[in-house]
Amino acid sequence: MFKILKQKSTLPGFHLSLGYTVFYLSLIVLIPLSTLFLRTSTMGWGDFWSAVTSPRTLASYRLSFLASFIAGLVNLVFGFLIAWVLARYSFPGKKIVDALVDFPFALPTAVAGITLASLYSQNGWVGKYLYAWGIPSAYNFLGITLALIFIGLPFVVRTVEPVLQDLDAELEDAAASLGANRWQTFAKVIFPNALPALITGFTLAFARAIGEYGSVIFIAGNMPGKTEIAPLLIITKLEQYDYSGAAAIAVVMLIVSFALLAFTNFLQWVFSKRIGMS
Amino acid sequence: MTRGENPLIRRLLIAAALAYLALFIFLPLLTVFMNAFSKGIVVYLKALNDPVGLAAVRLTVITALIAVPLNLIFGIAASWAIAKFNFPGKNLLITLIDLPLSVSPVISGLIFILLFGAQGIFGPWFIQHGIRIIFAVPAIILATIFVTFPMVARELIPVMKAQGSEEEEAAMTLGASGFQTFWRVTLPNIKWGLLYGVILSNARAMGEFGAVSVVSGHIRGQTNTLPLHIEILYNEYNFTAAFAAASLLAMLALVTLVLKSIVEFKYRAELKAAVRTDGSL
Repeated sequence: MFKILKQKSTLPGFHLSLGYTVFYLSLIVLIPLSTLFLRTSTMGWGDFWSAVTSPRTLASYRLSFLASFIAGLVNLVFGFLIAWVLARYSFPGKKIVDALVDFPFALPTAVAGITLASLYSQNGWVGKYLYAWGIPSAYNFLGITLALIFIGLPFVVRTVEPVLQDLDAELEDAAASLGANRWQTFAKVIFPNALPALITGFTLAFARAIGEYGSVIFIAGNMPGKTEIAPLLIITKLEQYDYSGAAAIAVVMLIVSFALLAFTNFLQWVFSKRIGMS
Repeated sequence: MTRGENPLIRRLLIAAALAYLALFIFLPLLTVFMNAFSKGIVVYLKALNDPVGLAAVRLTVITALIAVPLNLIFGIAASWAIAKFNFPGKNLLITLIDLPLSVSPVISGLIFILLFGAQGIFGPWFIQHGIRIIFAVPAIILATIFVTFPMVARELIPVMKAQGSEEEEAAMTLGASGFQTFWRVTLPNIKWGLLYGVILSNARAMGEFGAVSVVSGHIRGQTNTLPLHIEILYNEYNFTAAFAAASLLAMLALVTLVLKSIVEFKYRAELKAAVRTDGSL
């Protein structure tokens, strides 16, 4: 440690840059975030518990987590397919398609929200067919899930694509030369290598989806206990000046988000070890 | 060729992927513009030429012009400290910097209400002194800074790490000052990564909705950013105007994607060039 410090100490600005980093981080992120925990700590356990376990809160958690989970699964399948096609095949217009995959990242969530609501509502381009088949696709669980599918897609594609690109061609050739058919090569060589990236992509999409607000509320319906997502419930509590109630719901969501973040970091750590060994 | 699928399966997979993207990405993109122009270009232009809408555009631009440079300065400082020096707690610092990305937009707004709201920790003091933060422009800017906080830093850290310190050390040995070294040696080496981070932060800063919605108070012509303005128009069933305003942000998204693709190419080259000369990473 000391040796490295000395070795690198010829460059100036260490104290200034680190000092400023810690100062700005504390000012913008750490102090504001800590108020959330401070606020809930003044509530007392009973109040906190009743705020986060009221039927309305539990219903919103259930909705947010379930819709996010299903959207994540859909993106897992189709994200993998798209990543595979982009990483392995060439076709005309591929560069444009590749850039468009990031469109849900780049499009502001409010725009996504009104667009999806218009697309999937009863008179919308897609909605009119779905409604005609007896599938109401807006202002209900399906609508929420569709919006979460939209915003989650790039996470899976962008985590899996580089892994598929970097996968050693020799491994696949070896499997083929040992008599594996294409399906066996996929199941025994390609898929296990892509699995950590798939889980990471799914977790990132899931984590983003449970906190998502703008792209969902326009298509959600927002009925308390039925189609009210957890982030919307926070806003409702704020509008009723129930700051503590809002903070309590937020703390639970934040803890889940941080646990998911820790999980992806852990996965990456495991994954990098495995690469390091091979 | 032992690898690869037979052409039929290959074509089927490409077709399936493209169909999915057409349904979930291209169709929404088309919807924005079709709805915006559904009553003709005259109505479209009239909808855009509205003083309240223009005020929203102005506030959006001002917010980005403050938030992005502040996070840029932070990003440079953080990546310099993290990439060029070793110190205990570095990994923790990197994790903490990334934290805002995993916080829900609504919570990102909520924390500033808990700080500066009427019932908040510092709120009463500011209200006594006649300084409005919540339901005013300062909170909008603060919330935007929070949600875009790590976006420059997380692009710069890998580039600076990959570059190593040898070039800077050489410059210092040859008598350059710290500032000269940064300006003439470091900055040219990281410029594409820096631009990449700025483009991404700007898109997010101009498009942020959830966090800003919580702290803005939705005062027309005063505390409405463009995304909030879109929400109000939409909720008033003024769909053409809502989509006209939305088309501006959709165009911003498309420009962002084009710039991003161009810069990404240079940025990857920058990372690779660094790996070649340094050997680390």
